[in-house]
Parts: sequence; structure tokens; C-alpha cells
Amino acid sequence: MENRTDKNSYTILFAIGMVLIVGALLAFAASSLKPNIDENKRLEKQQNILYAMGVNENEEGSANFVSTADAPELFAKYIKKQLVIQGDKVTENNEAYLIDVKKEQSSAKAGNERRLPLFVGEKDGKTFYIAPIRGKGLWDAIWAYVAMDKDMVVQGAYFDHKGETPGLGANIKQRFFMDDFIGEHLKSNGKFKGIDVAKGNADPKNIDKTDNEVDAIAGATITGNGVAAMIKSDLKLYVSYFENLK
Amino acid sequence: MGLLSKKDGKLITDPLADNNPITIQVLGICSALAITAELKASIVMAVSVLFVLGIGNVVISLMRNIIPSKIRIIVQLVVVAALVIIVDQVLKAFAYELSKTLSVFVGLIITNCIIMGRFEAFALGNGPWRSFLDGIGNAAGYGLILIIVGFFRELLGSGTLLGFKVLGDPIEKTGLYSIGYENNGFMLLSPMALIVVGIIIWVQRSRNTALIED
Repeated sequence: MENRTDKNSYTILFAIGMVLIVGALLAFAASSLKPNIDENKRLEKQQNILYAMGVNENEEGSANFVSTADAPELFAKYIKKQLVIQGDKVTENNEAYLIDVKKEQSSAKAGNERRLPLFVGEKDGKTFYIAPIRGKGLWDAIWAYVAMDKDMVVQGAYFDHKGETPGLGANIKQRFFMDDFIGEHLKSNGKFKGIDVAKGNADPKNIDKTDNEVDAIAGATITGNGVAAMIKSDLKLYVSYFENLK
Repeated sequence: MGLLSKKDGKLITDPLADNNPITIQVLGICSALAITAELKASIVMAVSVLFVLGIGNVVISLMRNIIPSKIRIIVQLVVVAALVIIVDQVLKAFAYELSKTLSVFVGLIITNCIIMGRFEAFALGNGPWRSFLDGIGNAAGYGLILIIVGFFRELLGSGTLLGFKVLGDPIEKTGLYSIGYENNGFMLLSPMALIVVGIIIWVQRSRNTALIED
């Protein structure tokens, strides 16, 4: 007798049943866990923004956020203003940090005016302007929060990525790479120039902070180029705001 | 192995050496190339595969009598993908930091041919307990090679181990670097992983000539 599992009708029924069960299981997992996941992402944004302005628990060599439990309180304490820049209009919005940069980028492509979130933080009498930016690495999205002073000199940066190669491109979120940006000028002779991630720039210790260059990571050329490109294209949009500050 | 019979024990010990999934069965090479540039990633991947292969083998083994043979590969793929995605979602909800470290590996685990290979070759024809042992054994053998390769690539390529600068600082020129030692950047690129795996295969077969095929 033919094996029952070889029958076409059985195969089709099995496939349908499997799809229904697995689909229901995944849908259930996704929807029941969504509130937790969203909350984690919200806290992470606050941690990222605080990290960029130097509110973190860094130990030597490793990058550590403030704890998720403290994040909302510290965020309220250090972030004085949340702004949304849209064209010439600057409005305050206490939920500006929830603006999805990815969605704004695609809506800008569709011809709409992009909403640019900017966070004004104060720590030890210094004012920080923190902007979220987003771009493309080798495999997937990369993004960053860059804290600047009013002259567009970088005061701190936090980089992250979705799927860069561990040990190579993924190292953009390591201290040795992120800390290189601190003190680096985004402008050159009064004009916005960005920061290049350069190979063989004869300045591996990054002593010259006005050369608009940081040292690249070996084996991560495309990720590095992506970092430079997103800094150039996204931070440029904030230039007019900084011009108006003076 | 007091707990296991001799035959069951071999399911765990064989894949560690004489039937290693990477060096003998030559499965899972792609992920061995992709993520062994640093030791930490190798360890994370090894643990993840251990978990997925152990459980996946049991699930497939329990289903072995009802899986239609015509679509068995698709069924295996669905089982492993569903498992990995659920674990990923749960981690995202309850251990967000950990999930960020693992997110890169999700795709790599689903497409890892060791997992499909063990489902196909073992779990479809054996009971759950033996399949579990086989899964653990093969994942351990895979992880062992990953960690060896990761160790040498990170040490020689970046001069660090788990992020610690064990050889000194290449920019400040301390430690080994003060006498002219340089990191070998080539070690960080995928081809060197293949060469390191090749060396392991060479060493293994020269010690145990029974493994050499004509």
C-alpha cells in the first residue's frame, strides 16, 4: 500500500495546516509582545540621545547607556527642548524624539517637507544640539545621534546599525570609532563640509580636529563610506538652523 | 558518560572530532567565514546554534512520521525559521540588549546548512532523545571550530581577544607593537577564515589518517 504521507491530498492539507498554525503562532507572538518591544525601542532612543550628549555610564573602552529605569528621568532632566524643524518653521514638540527618521526620509523623497527633530540638551552649563541621522551601510540601515555645539563642532556621537558584519562594519558602535568624532569640526572655513571616514589620512591618532576626517576601520570601507554619506546629507539639513542661532 | 549509553554518548563526542560538521562534513562553512572576525561573535553564534539545533532536532523528530516527504525541506525550513523568529521576538521584548547583539545572526542561523543537514540526515529517522543529543553534539562541534577560527582571526587580525588589547596598543606602539609587530589586516577578511579552516582540516587529518579520503 502506498504510504499515506506520500499522497498529494495529504501533502496539500499538511501544507495548509502548517501555514495556518505557524502563521497564527507568529502573529500571536508579534502582537502580544509588541507593547514591550515598542517600549524598549522608546527607551533606547532616549538612551541614545543621552549617550550622544555625554550622559552615559561609559567605562574604559566600553560604551554603556544609562539604565533603562533611569532613562526617562534623566531624559527629562537633561533635554531642555525638543524641536521640530520644518522648512523655516521651528516648533517645540515634546514627542519629537519619537519621529521616525526613516519615514521622514521617504516622505521627503515623495516631495513633502521633511520634519527634522533636534534636541537641545544642557549639561554642566554647556548646550548640546543633538540630531538623529540615518543612512545605509553595507548590508542594511545604519543610524546615529550626533551632538553638536552651536558652531557645529561634534561633542559626541552614538552610532548603531542593523546588520553590519560583526568585527568589521559593526565596529562603528565601538568607542574607538565613536570617540574619534568628538571635537571634530563639521564645517570648514565657515562652510558645511561634513566628516569623512578616511583611510590612510596620516592622522590615525586623530590629533587634527579641523581636517574634517576621522580614521576608517580596516575591512569596513563601505560601512565607513555610509557613515560619511549620512553625516554629509542629513546634518546638512540643519545648517540653516545653526546659521539662525547667531 | 554515566548518564548516556555508549551509543548515545558517541552522538555527542563524534561530531566534536572525527565527524565534525565543518571539517569533515563540510557544512556551515558560510557562517564560519562570515562571523569569525572576532571571538565574541563566534561564541554568540555557537551558543545560538546549539540552542536552535537542539530544539529543532527534537521538533522535527517528533513530526517525522507525519511530514510528507515531498515537501519535507520546506517543512524543515518553516520549523527553523519560526523557532528563530519567536526566540528573537521574545528576546526583543524581555532582553533587549541581548537581542541587539543577536539580531545580525538571525538570518545566518535560519540559512545555516548544518541545521538543515542534521534535520534531513538524522532527525527525520530517529527518536527525539537521540535527535536532541545529535543536535547538541553537532552544534558543539560546529561551535568548537568557530571559536578556534575566531580566536586566531581576532588575535592576529586585531591584536585583541574579546575586545581586550592582549598584544598592546597598535597606535601608541606599546607591548609587542613596540618591537615592530603589525596586525595582519588580511586575517579580518573572509578568505583567511577559509585558510584557517583548511589548516585545521590538515592538522586533523594528519593526526588521524583514517579520515583521509582517496
